[in-house]
Amino acid sequence: MSILIDESTTFIVQGITGREAVNLTRECLDYGSKIVGGVTPGRRGREVHGVPVYDSVAQLVGELGFVPDGSVVTVPPAFAKDAVFEAIEAGIKLIVVVTERIPRYDVAQMVELAGLRGARIIGPNCLGIIRPGVAKMGGIGGPAKDAQKAYKPGCVGVMSRSGGMTTEISSTLSAAGLGVSTAISIGGDAIIGSTYAELMPLFEADAQTEAIVIYTEPGGRMEAQLAEWVKQNDSRLPIVAFMAGRFMDEMPGMSFGHAGTIVEGKADTAAEKIARLQEAGITVAEEIAEIPDLVRQKIASKAVA
Amino acid sequence: MRLFEYESRQILEREGIPVTKAGVARTPEEAERIAREIAGPVVLKSQVLTGGRMKAGGVKFADTPEEARAHAEHILGLEINGHMPRGVLVGHKAPIAKELYAGVIYDGTRKLPTFVFSDMGGIDIEEVAETHPDHIGRGHFSTILPQMDFRAKDVIASVGITGGDLNKLTPILSKLARLFVKYDMTLAEINPLAQLEDGSFVAVDAHMDMENEARGRHKALLAELGVGDEETREAREPTPFEIEGERIDSVDHRGVAGNVTEFDGNLGLVIGAGGGSLTLFDAVRKYGGRPANYCEIGGNPSVSKACNLTKLVLQKPGVDKIAVMMSIVSNTRVDIVARGVIKACTELGYDPAEKIAIFRIPGAWEDEGFKILERYGVEYCDRSVSMHEAARRAVEKIGGQAAAQTPAAGAEEGTSGAATEVTQP
Repeated sequence: MSILIDESTTFIVQGITGREAVNLTRECLDYGSKIVGGVTPGRRGREVHGVPVYDSVAQLVGELGFVPDGSVVTVPPAFAKDAVFEAIEAGIKLIVVVTERIPRYDVAQMVELAGLRGARIIGPNCLGIIRPGVAKMGGIGGPAKDAQKAYKPGCVGVMSRSGGMTTEISSTLSAAGLGVSTAISIGGDAIIGSTYAELMPLFEADAQTEAIVIYTEPGGRMEAQLAEWVKQNDSRLPIVAFMAGRFMDEMPGMSFGHAGTIVEGKADTAAEKIARLQEAGITVAEEIAEIPDLVRQKIASKAVA
Repeated sequence: MRLFEYESRQILEREGIPVTKAGVARTPEEAERIAREIAGPVVLKSQVLTGGRMKAGGVKFADTPEEARAHAEHILGLEINGHMPRGVLVGHKAPIAKELYAGVIYDGTRKLPTFVFSDMGGIDIEEVAETHPDHIGRGHFSTILPQMDFRAKDVIASVGITGGDLNKLTPILSKLARLFVKYDMTLAEINPLAQLEDGSFVAVDAHMDMENEARGRHKALLAELGVGDEETREAREPTPFEIEGERIDSVDHRGVAGNVTEFDGNLGLVIGAGGGSLTLFDAVRKYGGRPANYCEIGGNPSVSKACNLTKLVLQKPGVDKIAVMMSIVSNTRVDIVARGVIKACTELGYDPAEKIAIFRIPGAWEDEGFKILERYGVEYCDRSVSMHEAARRAVEKIGGQAAAQTPAAGAEEGTSGAATEVTQP
């Protein structure tokens, strides 16, 4: 069983010759991921850590003779929409968009096209996906040896609006002996390809996952959507949430942390979100260090019920 | 980026949506001249990027140019929620038969832009949504298919409007959606959209927000409106401390030292990254600490960027110690940040062991970083010490309350000091 990626998942890196993309490629290869090609227009014939580079996704698919499962998009914001469209139209079904600062309309367009074509977008403004001990797709966890230190295989699914906090929380779960089934950095923008509620069914179907931990922030309606999902679906998975940025409730209209993190209305506040999550039976931790115990308690009480 | 009312009106006009006759005055004399040109009763409105103008006395009516001049003088000198007006809008006070609302926003859940329309305008649309939900029409439109007028028509018709009015309103709402897309707005609203006694529709007030990320795509429009590159248009004006923070970030392209924000506490914070900073700032306050600032370092800043940011924080009046903390890093190098913060202390003549209350950055190159900190006797910790525990230790060292408070009490206490400082830089 797996969420989104497994040991046989093949993917490409769009913008592979960029500085960060070169590092990301190295990290993923070292971790055991199967990167089958890269794209940078005008760089056909080069190699990045042994990965062949092509001018376009269509060219890459033609030469490989198959459509890779996924793509990591790392191109600058002005070119991100076209790169994602290119991947979708080539038939790629899983696209991790790392790029930050993509205008919202462009993101809405990517997400709408992905929906029409049956593709899934993770991000933008995210670090990607990791299945501890199996594969990672994106910069999540950093170099392979650092990722191995922070992410141990286990039973908790992690979803986070912050890339760095995905690792902090996963490391805490790993150190406590619970470990992580799959961790997903879902992205920090106002519109993202896959929200908590949209990813829940995948975790629900994954036998390895026994509980969910989410990292949340003020801004947007994603937490309300999750609370609604939990109420409407009889999920087997207990959820523990951590809410950062509580101080922002006193500073409406100011953005901190991520592009999507801004209190624009009452429903965006940390206080309101905490109330909604709790109402749906989701436990909200006061500190990261409490999370492992809360997860254990919730798993135990589910088992009794 | 928020746009002033007069700028939003200019955009409506350029996109073919009728607006009431008006002009912006920077002096009482100008206001008098505009009122004379309008040759009728006028409304004078303070041009500030904050709500509550009416309540604060920033909106006045005048029947004569002389009266307009007197009101303008008052409004131009009136501070509203910490904002001084950019000018005063002098507009024709048209004979209004009915007030409506037209808006376009994003629906983050459906991930599409959506029309919002109401036949009850002139008041806060959130209020209408609560009290008269049947008077609000909504409808998404595609970002991939071409804009289709019938979507706008359906939304207007859904609140019961038909006949000639429906056909007059459809192009207005449709054009509003087009400009929303064309200029990368995150909000475009006309409130009120007035129906005059002659039956025609005209925009009386408009509010728009352009996405910061997209500013580069609209240089021509912004130049036409006279919006300078340096204008942040944040909820409040940046303080000199914050401007200096931005300068430190911009002069060195290596890494990020972003969102430097001033508070009035005694514990300086050199923290990162996005989510880590939000978590750590809350953690310091949870344990009764009073942060002197907020910031987000990340993306592997250079020694000099880390050093200059630390110096800025250390030199802020009232700062006794600093806490250097991040969530586990994989891109930013621990040793580089360590060198930067120590350099800042020594160059200012401080003992790093004395000034740095705690250093908690685990991750890439941590062994190298910890060696440096050890040499200077700085207290550091690795990932086995939680972010909250590190924050607690820092607060304890500075002599704050180290016992955890209930979050609600902590938040409220922090508010009074921090929020006033924040709104009144």
